[in-house]
Amino acid sequence: MSEPERSVLEKRKEVLDKLRGLGSRIYDQLERGVFPFIEMPVRSTENIYYDHVLRQFVLGDKRVKRSSRNIRHLKPFAQLVWAALFSYELTSQRKTSTLRDVYYSAQAYEMTFKDQQESNNIITDLETVLGYSREDFSIFPEERSAVFGDLTIRYTVPGYEGKTLNLTSHPDGVMIGPALTSAEFEETSADKVIAIEKGGLFTRFIEENVHKKFNAILVLTAGQAPRATRYFIRRLNRELKLPVYIFTDGDPWGMHIAMVIISGSANAAHLRDLTTPDAVWSGVWATDIVEYKLPTDPLDDIDMKRLYELQKDPRYQEDPLWQREIKTFMKIKRKAEQEAFSRYGLTYIVDEYLPAKLEETGQKGKTK
Amino acid sequence: MAQATFEEISAADFFYRNRDIAGFTNPTRAIFAAIRELVENSLDAAESIKVPPDIYVRLSFEGEASEETQIYRLRVKDNGTGIPPQHIPLAFGQVLYGSKYKLKQQRGTFGLGGKMAILYGQITTHQPALIISSTGGTRIYEYKIMIDIQKNRPVILDRRITLNKDGWRGTIIEFTLEGDYLRAMPKILEYFKQTAMVNPYANLTFVDPKGRLYIFKRATATMPDPPTETLPHPYGVDVELLQRLIQITTHGNMLDFLKNHFHRVGNVTAKRFLEFSGISPSKNPKKLSHDEIVRLVQMLRKFKDFLPPDAGCLSPLGEELLRTGILKELKPEFLAVHQRKPATYSGHPFIVEVAIAYGGEISQKNGFVIYRFANRIPLLYDEASDVSVKVIESMNWRRYKVAPDMPIAIVVHICSTKVPYKTVGKEFIADRPEVRREIANGLREVARQLQRFLSRREHADRDKKRLGVFSKYLPRIAEFSTKLAEKDKIPDIERLLRNVRRYGVE
Ligand SMILES: Nc1ncnc2c1ncn2[C@@H]1O[C@H](COP(=O)(O)OP(=O)(O)OP(=O)(O)O)[C@@H](O)[C@H]1O
Ligand SMILES: [Mg+2]
Repeated sequence: MSEPERSVLEKRKEVLDKLRGLGSRIYDQLERGVFPFIEMPVRSTENIYYDHVLRQFVLGDKRVKRSSRNIRHLKPFAQLVWAALFSYELTSQRKTSTLRDVYYSAQAYEMTFKDQQESNNIITDLETVLGYSREDFSIFPEERSAVFGDLTIRYTVPGYEGKTLNLTSHPDGVMIGPALTSAEFEETSADKVIAIEKGGLFTRFIEENVHKKFNAILVLTAGQAPRATRYFIRRLNRELKLPVYIFTDGDPWGMHIAMVIISGSANAAHLRDLTTPDAVWSGVWATDIVEYKLPTDPLDDIDMKRLYELQKDPRYQEDPLWQREIKTFMKIKRKAEQEAFSRYGLTYIVDEYLPAKLEETGQKGKTK
Repeated sequence: MAQATFEEISAADFFYRNRDIAGFTNPTRAIFAAIRELVENSLDAAESIKVPPDIYVRLSFEGEASEETQIYRLRVKDNGTGIPPQHIPLAFGQVLYGSKYKLKQQRGTFGLGGKMAILYGQITTHQPALIISSTGGTRIYEYKIMIDIQKNRPVILDRRITLNKDGWRGTIIEFTLEGDYLRAMPKILEYFKQTAMVNPYANLTFVDPKGRLYIFKRATATMPDPPTETLPHPYGVDVELLQRLIQITTHGNMLDFLKNHFHRVGNVTAKRFLEFSGISPSKNPKKLSHDEIVRLVQMLRKFKDFLPPDAGCLSPLGEELLRTGILKELKPEFLAVHQRKPATYSGHPFIVEVAIAYGGEISQKNGFVIYRFANRIPLLYDEASDVSVKVIESMNWRRYKVAPDMPIAIVVHICSTKVPYKTVGKEFIADRPEVRREIANGLREVARQLQRFLSRREHADRDKKRLGVFSKYLPRIAEFSTKLAEKDKIPDIERLLRNVRRYGVE
């Protein structure tokens, strides 16, 4: 079902074309003596729908017109054009930047943003206008997650072009930053991807040679996976046809970390290519808590409220597994962290739990 | 048991003992009050013959009196009517002697002010006062007088007559008094400034003990029409006044008596009133018993059909002069003045004039700067008790988009044949419902004008700001999009900016 993923270089060209196109449109409007305007889809909740085919949130047909004729739109309009130019220069010079950088760089152009939030919003506007995520136009988040496993990549970033690296070369894993995100995949012996929520467990897995024992590429999401990481996981799944298994804490928040990797977030409804619909949540399930008799903490009010929200969320209607787990959480009113398995010894999770769950969730994890 | 002793005291003695009520409370107040009383007499004297006043005031240091107080010599010179020689001793040497007991609007009313100043000087320095005056004839008269307090009589110490070669007309008064100028200075300077504001046709010069010269120049030679004298209005009559009128009347019947001694009472009104009160038109007023007089006063008040007093006896400043005076002294950015139609309280006609000024030299403090005037006299003390202040405080200023921290001055001028002062010190005006209503209506009118000004200004500000925003961002958009589109020539945005200037866009 998936269209072939574009190569990193192709995608960069598309993004540059789009940015230049935006500039030309505004330029032409000015040449014609009209107040320039742009249109983009509305991002507010009433225009966010769940797409069952794409298995992610998408924006509906409602569009807004941002016109420089309107004094309230004027400043954000100028900021948007500036952000487009800034991204264009970054991307064409193959440099990268962060949201924090954007905020400060603007001051050099006397385009001050009131605060970080204002500049973040403008970047999200630009994503919406272009239909590309900011990583595509070279603006990366601060948070960084990591990857470890037998995968050789080939850099495309200036200075490293053509160089290769095997992702087992550093025992702490390799940071998923702009260089890795834009690298091409060379070859791998792995046959699966295991995404892990917490750093402690990620390190344990490396120490316990999970990558070898299970032939896996290990990805640390470090809590809610950054978009670059979600994009990276998708590429592993799409380009290398590797099934993706996700291990999180056994609570509504862990469950949702898995869901965002699988189906994306409403905040990114204006973007594609950030989801991995075929990835599976392998644990820790509510039913695991019962079955493995894990040490637990009670679910508090906020946890329960979150469960009720998730129960109604269309993403959680896709697979009966979600509803079953939500109901079980609600019934047992307990939660457990991944570390809870240590009550059975440090290697229990690797020796017993992991193989069992890979087996159990493997059926569905098969890629087409 | 001690025997109570009774004694009669003279009017001079009475005011000497009660100088507080006339404003001579302490060395600071006294020096202010003395200047004020003399300046007001001079203004009256010049205005009554419609001559733009030229008043020169000099206060000079004479010596130390005590640790806190000094002795000063005060000299006030004017170009007013001058005083006929036969009146000079009494005008300045007998309390409650004056020429202003008539029903017309003047500053002086009690026949007291100038004498209080001289009396105060006399009791603090034991020196006579010098009065030099000429009505413009061939002679100038000089008197040195003291007041015999117990007898309320002037004592003439010296009298000289000189030839008036230059045809001078006016009055000079000079005497010494004890006071505390340093403390009084702010009020005195404020007094001159405010006097200049409501007397824009006057030249005021003040030389203070340090030799500093303050000049308030006239901004116009136009003067308000002097008031005409008037008869008492029936609603304003009391038993005392009625008895006095009966005593002096030459008319032998009630109908003629009413027609000739009362303001706006003609044949028809007089007849209708006599019918209403059941008094025979032919009755001789001199034959009225005390009870009948009391009843007559009551009936006069009850009768609904007297015409309201007309305001010819009043001499308001007028919107033009008020405007001139305020522009001259405050140089505001915006000014609205308004004169109310004449109104009456208990038979006394009065006119309220108000103004509101914004910006310029008006200081920005929390609350308005309030200028209160009565018959063109600034009122500087007891502000909190004044009716204007009460009205201003009770108004909902937010309705007029006015905030307390704006630089706003409010001017209230009330003129009347009988200003409802609360005290002889003439410092604040009593809260009469009729007066209150006039002030409130006047203030509402000028407040509305201020509101229009403020919102016009806000609009202009907004337009300017709007153009500023467009001028800031459109060139940026042009520049960035040119670079982004990889073009060379930046598009011309002048046309768009012209649109903004002309139509304001959205
Ligand atoms: N500078 C002057 N020029 C001409 N006449 C004057 C002058 N000063 C005083 N007079 C006359 O002397 C009279 C007494 O003055 P005084 O100040 O004592 O009382 P007043 O002005 O009548 O009343 P008030 O007590 O309200 O001041 C005045 O009525 C006026 O006729
Ligand atoms: Mg007087």
